[in-house]
Amino acid sequence: MSTVRYEVSHLRALESEAIFIMREVAAELEHPVLLFSGGKDSMVLLHLAEKAFRPGRFPFPVMHVDTGHNFPEVIEFRDRLIERLGERLIVASVQESIDQGRVVEETGPRASRNRLQTVTLLDAIEEHGFDAAFGGARRDEERARAKERVFSFRDDFGQWDPKAQRPELWTLYNGRIRKGEHVRVFPISNWTELDVWQYITEEGLELPPIYFAHRREVFRRDGMLYAVSPFVELIDPEEPFETSVRYRTVGDMSCTGAVESVADTLEKVVAEIAATRITERGETRADDRATEAAMEDRKREGYF
Amino acid sequence: MAPGPASDGQVEIGAERTLDLLRFATAGSVDDGKSTLIGRLLYETKQIFQDQLEHVQETSRRRGDSYVDLALLTDGLRAEREQGITIDVAYRYFSTPRRKFIIADTPGHEQYTRNMVTGASTADLAIVLVDARKGVVEQSRRHAFIASLLRVPHVVFAVNKMDLVDYDEAVFERIDEEVSGWANKLDFTDVTFIPMSALHGDNVVERSERMPWYEGPSLLYHLEHVHIGSDRNLIDVRFPVQWVIRPMADEHHDYRGYSGQVGSGVLRPHDEVIVLPSGRHTRIQRIDSEGGRAIEEAFPPMSVTLLLEDDLDVSRGDMICRAHNHPVPTRDLDAMVCWMSDMPLRARGRYGIKHTTRNARAIVDALRYRIDVNTLHRDEEAAELGLNQIGRVHLRTSAPLLVDEYRRNRATGSFILIDEATNDTVGGGMILGVEPADGGGDGGDA
Ligand SMILES: Nc1nc2c(ncn2[C@@H]2O[C@H](COP(=O)(O)OP(=O)(O)O)[C@@H](O)[C@H]2O)c(=O)[nH]1
Repeated sequence: MSTVRYEVSHLRALESEAIFIMREVAAELEHPVLLFSGGKDSMVLLHLAEKAFRPGRFPFPVMHVDTGHNFPEVIEFRDRLIERLGERLIVASVQESIDQGRVVEETGPRASRNRLQTVTLLDAIEEHGFDAAFGGARRDEERARAKERVFSFRDDFGQWDPKAQRPELWTLYNGRIRKGEHVRVFPISNWTELDVWQYITEEGLELPPIYFAHRREVFRRDGMLYAVSPFVELIDPEEPFETSVRYRTVGDMSCTGAVESVADTLEKVVAEIAATRITERGETRADDRATEAAMEDRKREGYF
Repeated sequence: MAPGPASDGQVEIGAERTLDLLRFATAGSVDDGKSTLIGRLLYETKQIFQDQLEHVQETSRRRGDSYVDLALLTDGLRAEREQGITIDVAYRYFSTPRRKFIIADTPGHEQYTRNMVTGASTADLAIVLVDARKGVVEQSRRHAFIASLLRVPHVVFAVNKMDLVDYDEAVFERIDEEVSGWANKLDFTDVTFIPMSALHGDNVVERSERMPWYEGPSLLYHLEHVHIGSDRNLIDVRFPVQWVIRPMADEHHDYRGYSGQVGSGVLRPHDEVIVLPSGRHTRIQRIDSEGGRAIEEAFPPMSVTLLLEDDLDVSRGDMICRAHNHPVPTRDLDAMVCWMSDMPLRARGRYGIKHTTRNARAIVDALRYRIDVNTLHRDEEAAELGLNQIGRVHLRTSAPLLVDEYRRNRATGSFILIDEATNDTVGGGMILGVEPADGGGDGGDA
């Protein structure tokens, strides 16, 4: 027996681990849901769900928290994808939360609906009685995440307490919760950004078009490029101009920065990413830059 | 880019991206240089992005450090930043052209024994830091003991801060001898000693010219080359059923698949198998890899779906094994337990227990002894196990479990205990003695 024969590549090992985690949640929790953001990480999650449960149906619906400020290309992509999968989609709308007076919209040129999502998400989780929510977060994304468990517990208020995490030994995940609590589950915790891109390439996954270089009208703010859209007001002397850009993450049009790029195929994008020296969050997410501990604060409040 | 997906999840030989995965845990007492070492590994393997590095440079400058403190790269949550210490297991990632690495960075304090146990539970290798000036201290023994208890297959003693002892061979030799002396008792399979300076980078990535007397590999070279393929058990077939796929659709009307991750052994179509606990015999009809593609072989750590020739009643918690090599269902467990809760474990205590994909309840029949993790002394008078203490217990379970000895099988030899009032994971256990399964040697051909 040659030893090489019984080895698996790192991507297959990570895939296998993620599938195991998804099946474990499906088996041990009553009402899971898969949170879909339109981004590449949630594309990977959906693909893994297919691998874990086909030829059966997903034992959970897919939920998108729609801020109303999404890229239209992403929404279109989402609807096509869900139709192909033949799975159930729930859309939780931030606009509705605003209309119902659950949250108050920020105003001004730097207004963003980012923080409002938390309320919409927690309301939807409660309304549907979800006890587990899959998310596509990775530990390499941000320092606050490095210590987060694969099964991350949220109390009745949706809060995360970094000091009261359950130890995770071997692959023995403990999904027991009380009524009203829920658990966020991150099957691709151990993947890095490059792993995700390599996996997308190997598996031939389709991504929303904004991940590839395209011409777009943008303006520069705080050293980053933002799309001109009905959702942002320009501040003097910001000037719109057209250039070739692509996005590294998918979020709201109002706070997701683009990078200048001509990489219009997966291969070219991956090559660019492999050579980059700035983290994807540091580069393109205004919401994380506000304060050093911004991410941690938002996690405590129950944000993804 | 390599073309297309690798077949059967196997490594494509000669292709560019045939990395495998090595998980390792780091342990050391406070200030032994663990953060500096990890920071250096990340830095030198170019995992540090420009914005992260700038942030660290800025912080170092602000604090008035005379050099860029790489340890800051790995510092985590706000509370810890305020206290200036690491208090929980943190996971870090880096890769080289040969391997991808997952580091479980576990803090060294005695009160955090549970963190090291957690990190070691999934590790292929453990790095135990020793400060060259202080030599072996109580903590070093504790870390080594935990690594051996959790049966981490490869252990590296990193003798750090060699720059502060003039890179003196005699210092290193003394530590090597002392550790080797008592490590003998710990039953390690592979132990390596490496003298280094994490601060200056000696023997971390490149072999150091300042220690010409040292002929071994640098730490990174060792991490890249240590052979982990044969650490897995490829002999005893153990497939805990995790999930049953039964599509309620016309086109897959008769499909009934048993999904799970191979715990150990190698499975192939047509193998004769036994389903436990029912004891029914059948054969594997087909093995579907992720997504329904038929494959010829399944082995750890693959997640697959088995289709059986006969229509049996199989559900989550059952285990598929070879007919002549399987665990005997038991309700009596003799185990070492590491306690992770403020509420101590005592005789007569009742807990939830999770073993493979099976949940049951357990009662503590007896606490046989508590181990002093620093001296390895056994206290047979002990009445309880407190937080971060380790002891040998006898448990009785509400339903039979399909267990193997932990030293033979990590997948079927481990369990967790759960407090049924709080739902917290309060203990991690490793099964000691089990009557040998009958037969053996018939599954796999390793
Ligand atoms: N001289 C010297 N100092 C070191 C070395 N490694 C770490 N240090 C210093 O030891 C102190 C503690 O290191 P740190 O990495 O924070 O230790 P940790 O508590 O184990 O994470 C810091 O001041 C480091 O700069 C080394 O190899 N040589």
